[in-house]
Amino acid sequence: MTIAWTESRVLTGNEAVAEGVCLARVQTIAAYPITPQTQIVERLAEMVARGELAARFVNVESEHSAMAACFAAAAVGARTFTATSSQGLALMHEMLHWTAGARLPIVMANVNRALAPPWSVWADHTDALSQRDTGWMQVYAESNQEVLDSILLAYAVSERVLLPTMVNLDGFLLSHTAEPVEVYAGHRVDLFLPDFEAPYRLRPGEPRAFGGLADPGRYLEFRLRLQQAMARAAGVIEEEGARFAVAFGRGYGLLHAEMMEDAETVLMVVGSMATTARAAIAQLRREGRRVGLLRVRVMRPFPFGAIRRALRGARRVAVLDRNLSPGHHGILHAEVKSALFSEPARPSVSGYVLGLGGRDVRPEDIAGIVADVERREGGEDLIWWGTGAPPSEIPVPAERREALA
Amino acid sequence: MIEICIHGRGGQGAVIAGRLLAEAAHRSGRLVQAFPQFGVERRGAPVTAYVRIAEPGDAILPRCQILSPDHAIVLDPTLLAAGDVLAGLEPGGTVLVNTSRPVGSLPAPAGATVAGVDASAIALKHKLGSRAQPIVNTAILGAFASLTGIVTLDALIEAIHAALPASAEANVQAARDAHAAITRKEEEEKVA
Repeated sequence: MTIAWTESRVLTGNEAVAEGVCLARVQTIAAYPITPQTQIVERLAEMVARGELAARFVNVESEHSAMAACFAAAAVGARTFTATSSQGLALMHEMLHWTAGARLPIVMANVNRALAPPWSVWADHTDALSQRDTGWMQVYAESNQEVLDSILLAYAVSERVLLPTMVNLDGFLLSHTAEPVEVYAGHRVDLFLPDFEAPYRLRPGEPRAFGGLADPGRYLEFRLRLQQAMARAAGVIEEEGARFAVAFGRGYGLLHAEMMEDAETVLMVVGSMATTARAAIAQLRREGRRVGLLRVRVMRPFPFGAIRRALRGARRVAVLDRNLSPGHHGILHAEVKSALFSEPARPSVSGYVLGLGGRDVRPEDIAGIVADVERREGGEDLIWWGTGAPPSEIPVPAERREALA
Repeated sequence: MIEICIHGRGGQGAVIAGRLLAEAAHRSGRLVQAFPQFGVERRGAPVTAYVRIAEPGDAILPRCQILSPDHAIVLDPTLLAAGDVLAGLEPGGTVLVNTSRPVGSLPAPAGATVAGVDASAIALKHKLGSRAQPIVNTAILGAFASLTGIVTLDALIEAIHAALPASAEANVQAARDAHAAITRKEEEEKVA
């Protein structure tokens, strides 16, 4: 009889995060509770209190302090974790630059939630995407299994390239949804993710400084190295994803393509929306429609090359953004267009903003978007989906119409 | 794929009921998805929990609310007066209501299988919750297992032991009592 190395358990996304952190044998946790992330902190505190996880749990008074404590722990070489959401992530912003700039391989779970006001606790990616220029890698999970797996993968990648990783899971849609998750035996995970030996760390007998002064003759080179690490990370994410597939039977990459062969219309999505999109697209495929699904799993480093290759042959692309850069467009839409600009032949690209603040996204929405984008040969940068009347169709009184014309 | 909505009020245990039902189905090897209506929960306010169950070779793909359930479980009969909790029920669907009144008096869509159980009385008998607010989730799931056979009573009892170890005995007894005590509308009519 072989010893089982995996057990199927019904877990919420928040519970899957905690199981992943426990399996990664994290040594220091500093976190502050916030809806819908709170159960991660509660579960980890229980694990530490019961002795299941030999970690130091540092109670802090804010998210900014949480990340400051993580900086210190990672600087002495500890495997370090925190979790937050939305407003809490926004409060961490300054420390996100500090930890990435100091090249500390911290892993954070961010439960995606809309920013206030108006007050909202529901799913939205603008919280994480607002942090995209801090130097943190960003992964977005589709399922609770991927949440657990991504925590393990994040440490494997971060500790190789010395950059922190933010693992994102949609508020409520994953964080509070219970579904079967394979939880691996610790000894199996130890083979995949051995102890971390930090190449640079603070030690009493060996003084160093993290985050010292860099004069104008040096700062630029530090940014160059950060960018080089990001570029290297794209390959390392693919390598570690392939190694994970050997260890656990499930592979992960930068971009997940499905039903793409011969696809004329391609939907690009991020996070849990991909599952609903798969249901709708599989139905359209059964009706003979040539539609494909491209899920962007990693937003930083942004998979420019993989996106260009995947979209060769497509006629039109609908990019679905659960986020908005006010005054611009959906953020993935803008980045996909920038990736395609250098292509000699490129598809038309339309951007749909939907699901903000947890608005339900249903298979009928996906089917509706496919029908809509197939009517827009030239592409349209910002289409509000599911708001009732799109702004262009809101009736304008006759006297105003004359003034506007 | 089977879709189930559980309607209750904050404090009655609707969210845990969804989780228990998923746990019980998972124990019999099926795929499951359970989630609460994504609200800010308050005691007494309407709460909905959703459960999807599929056979192992199948897949659960939608990650959105259930608008047309195959089965509706109603923990508080006053929710029926609001009118919309059964609005999307699939034709031929099942409605199970926690009620002390005759099942025939319950409003339900034509063609639906309607059943009732006095889960509040059963919960109180086993000291689950308070008189003002009995916790009826495990009792009504016992009745649901009997009514639909979607999960067995044994699987449900296993799930209760795993999820509620501190109060398992009382909850298991409540599930057993309700499993035996359910009244179906047709049976009631036959007796009458």
